[in-house]
Amino acid sequence: MQAPHDSAVSRRDFVVVGSTAAIAVQFVGRSPASATPTLTDPAGAHMVSLNVNGKTQELALDTRTTLLDALREHLHLTGTKKGCDHGQCGACTVLVDGKRVNSCLTLAVMHDGDEITTIEGLGTVDRMHPMQRAFVKHDGYQCGYCTPGQICSAVAMLEEIRAGVPSHVSADLMAKPRLTPAELRERMSGNICRCAAYSNIIDAITEVAGRSA
Amino acid sequence: MRAFTYERATTPAEAAAASLRMPGAKFIAGGTNLLDLMKLEIETPTHLIDVNGVGLDTIETTAEGGIRIGALVRNTDLAANENVRRDYALLSRALLAGASGQLRNRATTAGNLLQRTRCPYFYDTNQPCNKRQPGSGCSAIGGYSRQLAVIGVSEACIATHPSDMAVAMRALDATVETVQPGGATRRISIAELHTLPGETPQTETTLQPGELITGVTLPKPPGGAHVYHKVRDRSSYAFALVSVGVIVQPDGTGRVAVGGVAHKPWRIEAADSEMPRGAKAVATRLLDGAKPTPENSFKLKLVERTLGAAIASAKGARS
Repeated sequence: MQAPHDSAVSRRDFVVVGSTAAIAVQFVGRSPASATPTLTDPAGAHMVSLNVNGKTQELALDTRTTLLDALREHLHLTGTKKGCDHGQCGACTVLVDGKRVNSCLTLAVMHDGDEITTIEGLGTVDRMHPMQRAFVKHDGYQCGYCTPGQICSAVAMLEEIRAGVPSHVSADLMAKPRLTPAELRERMSGNICRCAAYSNIIDAITEVAGRSA
Repeated sequence: MRAFTYERATTPAEAAAASLRMPGAKFIAGGTNLLDLMKLEIETPTHLIDVNGVGLDTIETTAEGGIRIGALVRNTDLAANENVRRDYALLSRALLAGASGQLRNRATTAGNLLQRTRCPYFYDTNQPCNKRQPGSGCSAIGGYSRQLAVIGVSEACIATHPSDMAVAMRALDATVETVQPGGATRRISIAELHTLPGETPQTETTLQPGELITGVTLPKPPGGAHVYHKVRDRSSYAFALVSVGVIVQPDGTGRVAVGGVAHKPWRIEAADSEMPRGAKAVATRLLDGAKPTPENSFKLKLVERTLGAAIASAKGARS
């Protein structure tokens, strides 16, 4: 088991400490509906080996455990966020073998041997990934909850453009995709930002795309 | 989510055979729709057969000059395939109009065909739904039906098939290939794969229990200009109110398939022959016998206008 992020006060601790009594009461005696079940069901535990951020992790998991819950609840990599838990918001976006996916809509047992990259694997506070640095520089967030998903999604999205994957707004399917704001917006539509930091997010991605193109 | 046991199949035949051994089993590939429904306990399989390791993930040319798309080819890879972009642009366009980048990276060809309706009453387990709970009634009829079907509907169900890809497949005369639990294989025309709701809306395809889709073949490229127009409430990442796929030939003939209007991708071959006479003539034939609700009758006009725009766009693209 890996130790949780060791910065002095993590956002998670802060949220817990800062919760109002009303919010705390809401969760007492009723775990969130989609939390990982215990291993007392007839299905029993399954052994899964995940390569997460370059490190092999052997886990015994209930078959129902999503990749998202395995990362957050079992490996304590809480950078990846649970938003809607139904593939609609993109907050849980991680990279599986380099491709962006919604970690809430895939089971951990389906990823035996796969390489998973989370926001913690992209960069650290001291050594930020260029996309992280660009989000900070351009203020590409307000509350920050969608940000890890936005950043993972953006990094893999630029790889998709580099590989020649067209989009709904590409005028010519046979041409090399262009790095226009319209292209970036369409390709990022699976990541919702309730604070609507979209224009700054596009500025951040555009800067990184221009640098690496 | 209900508890289930899990196994990984290594060949298509092994997967199909496993489904015979385990009543209550379901295949899982991308899982993007199945897991969504399992979390809501709308789908409650007792066993999952993971088919991600059975191969079937390539796109090959066929002896007839068409292509065979493996059941497990991801939507992103299918849309980006060079042969598909060049010769079956309608398919690329339809795929790219659906879902999000993340979902397309996981969703598979077969899974896309077999995804379930997004009717709000199918999803709301507090409401009657003949599809989810046969015999309980249809909450959509007389309810919030703006998104729902206008043709091929029944007294039991007015749900739509949500796929964009299937609309293109229908216009492209695709054939679905399967393997049955006993090991026999068969080919099903895309026109025959999906069923109308009738009195048994819980049945959505002509697949037998445990039958596994192994691939989809497309005949040789149809030529012409390909256009897919999707009308929806936001410009990306939303299901269609109406979608139209057209292939228009230089002489003005062509084919049309429509999404968002029925329990299956909607095509009437007789309507294709109206193409030279324009969108109104085609739409009239295509939607003959439509039974919209007061909330979704706008779709009849919307099909005609979207079709008109698609045909004009196809003709513009050719010149």
